[in-house]
Amino acid sequence: MPSTNDSGALAVEASGLVKHFGQVRAVDGVDLAVRAGTVFGLLGPNGAGKTTIVRMLATLLAPDAGTATVLGHDIRRAADEVRSLVGLTGQYASVDEDLTGTENLVMLCRLYGFGRGAARERSQALLTAFDLQDAGGRQVKTYSGGMRRRIDLAASLVVNPRVLFLDEPTTGLDPRSRNQVWDVIRTLVEDGATVLLTTQYLEEADQLAHRIAVIDHGRVIAEGTSAELKASVGTGAVQLRLVDPDDRPAAESVMARVLDLTPERSADPAALSARTGDSAAVAQLLPALADAGIAVAEFSLGQPTLDEVFLALTGRPAADEEIDEGSAA
Amino acid sequence: MSVDSAARAATREWEPDRELLRAALLVTDRPTRPAALSAAFTFGWRAILKIKHVPEQLFDVTLTPIVFLLMFTYLFGGAIAGDVSDYLHYLLPGVLVQTVLITTVYTGFTLNTDITKGVFDRFRSLPVWRPSPLVGALLGDTVRYVIASTVTLGVGFALGFRGAGGVPGAVAAVALLVVFASSLAWIFTILGLVLRTPNAVMGVSMLILMPLTFASNAFVDPSTMPSGLARVVEANPVSHLITAIRGLMYGTPEASQLLWVLVAAAVITAVFAPITMHLYRQKN
Ligand SMILES: Nc1ncnc2c1ncn2[C@@H]1O[C@H](COP(=O)(O)OP(=O)(O)O)[C@@H](O)[C@H]1O
Ligand SMILES: [Mg+2]
Repeated sequence: MPSTNDSGALAVEASGLVKHFGQVRAVDGVDLAVRAGTVFGLLGPNGAGKTTIVRMLATLLAPDAGTATVLGHDIRRAADEVRSLVGLTGQYASVDEDLTGTENLVMLCRLYGFGRGAARERSQALLTAFDLQDAGGRQVKTYSGGMRRRIDLAASLVVNPRVLFLDEPTTGLDPRSRNQVWDVIRTLVEDGATVLLTTQYLEEADQLAHRIAVIDHGRVIAEGTSAELKASVGTGAVQLRLVDPDDRPAAESVMARVLDLTPERSADPAALSARTGDSAAVAQLLPALADAGIAVAEFSLGQPTLDEVFLALTGRPAADEEIDEGSAA
Repeated sequence: MSVDSAARAATREWEPDRELLRAALLVTDRPTRPAALSAAFTFGWRAILKIKHVPEQLFDVTLTPIVFLLMFTYLFGGAIAGDVSDYLHYLLPGVLVQTVLITTVYTGFTLNTDITKGVFDRFRSLPVWRPSPLVGALLGDTVRYVIASTVTLGVGFALGFRGAGGVPGAVAAVALLVVFASSLAWIFTILGLVLRTPNAVMGVSMLILMPLTFASNAFVDPSTMPSGLARVVEANPVSHLITAIRGLMYGTPEASQLLWVLVAAAVITAVFAPITMHLYRQKN
């Protein structure tokens, strides 16, 4: 997990964002604060409202209520300034599949105001940086999924945006392509960009994001660092293995007293486990066992997965709403 | 290709080269925002590239006039006008207009495809003159109108059409037609923004265009029609357009007819372009 960077100004600030589509409250009062130079993750299942939030922040969609600024510019009153500072890679195709990779980039360079020669040069540099120099002359529709995402990313980076919105940048990619995209994102952030990404992958938010907002039904239901989220849910797993299996009943009662819960017996006759968020109590466990004369062979404190976080926050697993992945608009 | 990149290509593996990426991202000078027309021309260039890459999209644009000219001239020509050559003389300007008007439907179709695929989100997130993607698409589509016109005129010439207006008359006719078609396209951009799928746009647009082009003076002289029908046909704007086009091609242009078409084009644009832009800005 990346370290948290708490210093610095806010790159994106939103308060009370609301968006309806007919009867659907797609976004239902969202507040966000994204520090400059960090990766902020919007984590939620399909239909949670992630895309709608990103589209409002990228000035593609006017909010029904609420305000937001990007690098201090109001998304409504200063939409043009916002547009000149942000890059966007949408969830779906954001380059023209009929054109070649080079043509797509040259077109975008020209639209940002590069001259003809400069546009060619810049496109070539971007293609090379993303290892697409050999594919630049081919129509994008012939690209593999990973290449597609890379040209999408390159297209968002034509003018080195200060803030980058990435809507599900790795959905549908194989693990290797996903790792490549992650590396690109990390490099961008090392260079000072701010990234707001949405994801359905708990691991992705854990890997990349300094802070995570968990989105469900258009609301932020939890926000914090990955560690904070896990701690607030309080389902860390304490694993204990004893030298002597005969000590298990005694260890069980020590654990029950110190952690104030009933430990679970594992299949291994010398092992015990328990789920707890009380790290202070966990710290007392080893001395208490030593006092009782119980020898410990292994001790570990595992963190809960973000899957467990989602389950604990919403009472249902995140996977429930992923059934129609890819087909939702 | 270096040995290194060949090896990487062979294993299909890629590690982002942080130094290359950094170098590519290190653009300190931001170019100034392009002029409105320059952005529109860039979008027009895109439309032309799409025609180059997907030439299949010109199939119906080119096949329709060929089929119509052959079918009407030889199947119905004798019955309608008594003489095949006379009928071709009457028919060609009508088929030319019909062909180009049907081509305008593609503007809405293409726009809707861009929206459903998501490309328009990127365009709308750019700091450019807001109408430029639409204006550019219309500019690019004029290439399609010219191609459709050229094919129709070429087939007509091969079948024996000789207009007294000659080449200048034909060029002027195509120019007038392109102006009118570009204004009409603003109606189909509205459909492109409102309807849900590209095919729905195509269907509804045809439903509008077919009666307009068939209930016109394109194929049959209204003086031979029952008086009620003739009044409808003569009021049809497409009939006015065809009359003006005939004037140019036959070498007998009338200022009032030309003016009628130009004013109609201006009115259509003045009404429908702002509606399109409003919908475009509000588009979810
Ligand atoms: N253009 C739209 N028209 C109608 N409903 C929409 C539209 N876009 C999104 N929605 C609805 O809003 C909700 C949130 O969608 P979205 O923001 O796409 O979620 P996510 O990106 O998290 O999957 C969903 O119920 C979706 O069906
Ligand atoms: Mg989405």
